[in-house]
Amino acid sequence: MRVKPAPPRANAYFTALIRGGAVVKDDPWAPLDDAAPAPDGADVIVSTRRLLAEGPALARRPLGGRLGVRIEANEAVEAVADHLPLLALVAVNFPAFRDGRGFTTARLLRERYRFAGEVRAVGDVLQDMVFFLLRCGFDALELKAQDPEAAFAQAARAFTHVYQPAADARPAAFALRAENPS
Amino acid sequence: MYRYDAYDQSLVAERAAQFREQVGRRVRGELSEDQFKPLRLMNGLYLQLHAYMLRVSIPYGVLSSGQLEKLAHIARVYDKGYGHFTTRQNIQFNWPKLQDVPDILDELASVEMHAIQTSGNCIRNITSDHFAGAAEDEVEDPRPWCEIIRQWSTLHPEFSFLPRKFKIAVTAGATDRAAVRLHDIGLHLKHDGAGRAVFDVFVGGGMGRTPFIGSLIKTGLPGEHLLSYLEACLRVYNRYGRRDNIYKARIKILVQSLGPAEYARQVEAEWEAIRDGALTLPEAEIARIRAYFAPPPFKSAPEQSAVFEKALAEDAAFARWARANVHRHRATGYASVTVSLKAIGETPGDASADQMEAVAALAREFSFDEARVTHEQNLVLPHVEREALREVWARLDAHRLATPNAGLVSDIIACPGLDYCDLANTRSIPVAQAIAETFADLDAQAHIGELKIKISGCINACGHHHVGHIGILGVDKQGEEFYQILLGGRADENARLASISGKGLPASAIPGAIKRVVDAYLALRTDENERFIAAFERVGAAPFEEALYAS
Repeated sequence: MRVKPAPPRANAYFTALIRGGAVVKDDPWAPLDDAAPAPDGADVIVSTRRLLAEGPALARRPLGGRLGVRIEANEAVEAVADHLPLLALVAVNFPAFRDGRGFTTARLLRERYRFAGEVRAVGDVLQDMVFFLLRCGFDALELKAQDPEAAFAQAARAFTHVYQPAADARPAAFALRAENPS
Repeated sequence: MYRYDAYDQSLVAERAAQFREQVGRRVRGELSEDQFKPLRLMNGLYLQLHAYMLRVSIPYGVLSSGQLEKLAHIARVYDKGYGHFTTRQNIQFNWPKLQDVPDILDELASVEMHAIQTSGNCIRNITSDHFAGAAEDEVEDPRPWCEIIRQWSTLHPEFSFLPRKFKIAVTAGATDRAAVRLHDIGLHLKHDGAGRAVFDVFVGGGMGRTPFIGSLIKTGLPGEHLLSYLEACLRVYNRYGRRDNIYKARIKILVQSLGPAEYARQVEAEWEAIRDGALTLPEAEIARIRAYFAPPPFKSAPEQSAVFEKALAEDAAFARWARANVHRHRATGYASVTVSLKAIGETPGDASADQMEAVAALAREFSFDEARVTHEQNLVLPHVEREALREVWARLDAHRLATPNAGLVSDIIACPGLDYCDLANTRSIPVAQAIAETFADLDAQAHIGELKIKISGCINACGHHHVGHIGILGVDKQGEEFYQILLGGRADENARLASISGKGLPASAIPGAIKRVVDAYLALRTDENERFIAAFERVGAAPFEEALYAS
């Protein structure tokens, strides 16, 4: 094997929030601990447990502030379905990049519950997932990469055509063929 | 056979370009092996005991002559002059250099081939009956449906990070030659009363360390809803399949823990929510794909070929081969031919570049440009005129491809074992070779009749030992290779798991033990028509186990 050992810098990974293809520098959203009081006027992301307990109050704080929820990989999106109208953001956690449950969560949010707010991938989100995440309806990613913006750009345009309908607007090849028989 | 259009071609070309860039980063040292691993696994590139191994997808085992010639070319230029055909109808190259792999993928893309999803926790190559489109007993050719599933499953955005790998097989024959009940999902294509394509769906079959026969969870699934139903099956699995233990992560464990009825209920509920959506297949797309698999222009040949009958009468070696390796065909005057990759003493499933080219040439001349790979690790010429069989035989024989042993005792499935694989506990190939040599007498093999021996070098069961009429499982006992014998399994429409008998034996004792079991069978069978597995089912395991351990 004539493969060079990786230099130490190769392992330097950075995490950046990417939305619409660009790095978001001033993300207003902050996680809120279950025990912490809700800050008035700030955008907070709560657990599903807190959403179910206090959702309406959190969504209508006197000075405003938007509400988001974080869905863990082992939590069913159905449990929070009734609360989706209160939410501006759903963060879907990937505890490990091998764990693909969040892809289903996002598709259900978009396709079954027609959730129109931000769906953000958080946790162990790597370049290899980007193409699939976008297809499943994620519009914001906390991407871990050596150069997150470049990695995103490359992954997002990896394939011109797709074979399946999913949560994005891309038509499947079989639908395009039906429209344009060769 | 299917041909790529611009959509298919662009995807494969883009994938090859993407992997070239990733390999470049690895070779320049910008990626560590750990960082590179998930990327290479998405492209079928494994790191084995001695070297990288590249597994190339052969969708449902169908190859054109040009594709087979390309595989020969790759074997010769980038490897050591041979390739290994696998039980999943794929081919593996055992010695490619990492920096050559992007060129290999470009070569493959030039003949509409790739290595996408031949590894990783995703939907793997769709497998099918190696006699599809040729078999007498099928209601229609299953390959268009395989191709529809292949496309749907390729780079599926939701199902590329499943709990574990996922294997789908399709058969349309009364006799199941695709082992659909031993797959994560097995589909049996049938026709309803109106002649429309419908599917029986089996879920949760599989081998490995906890083998199960698949459960029938749906009958009469209409073809246009096939993809939405599969999506529902996979979605329930993706959400609720175990991820805490890789040995319990296959769908069979989920189906067993929920119970097949409850799993089916959850799938049905999910399916109801999506069944009339964008996944409903347009009739035009089904027709478009079916058109690629239209029967080739068979001549109207007579049922009896005088040339063939004369050759049978004159040439005992040809007649012996024809009895074992020539199979009935749906078109009058035609036959399907098994090209044996099980020459006595050779590695099961291996083919040299010269052999691949020889089969490719025969396919072009005599079989409408088509060859097949079987899950039993042989090749097939699906559509050969009976008139031409003797010439085909002679040319195969010149390349050691005419061993008359299809379905017989030396037609052994064996995993690569400890000679190549870093999961294996023991070697498999030398055991297969030793058994084949014990039964080297071809007339004796013919006399024994159908007998399927399957060998795995570890509990992961890549050699299908659970469904061998005789299965052999390699186990490591304090650094020594031992082999357990299993009896009475079968992978067909009457699928059943083999049971382990008694204590393991050292490699040197295996050929003798198998010989004693076979002799016991010959002594107790009612006549030559009672196959080994039928005799086993009639009398039970006891006389065979007794023979196994007699000394």
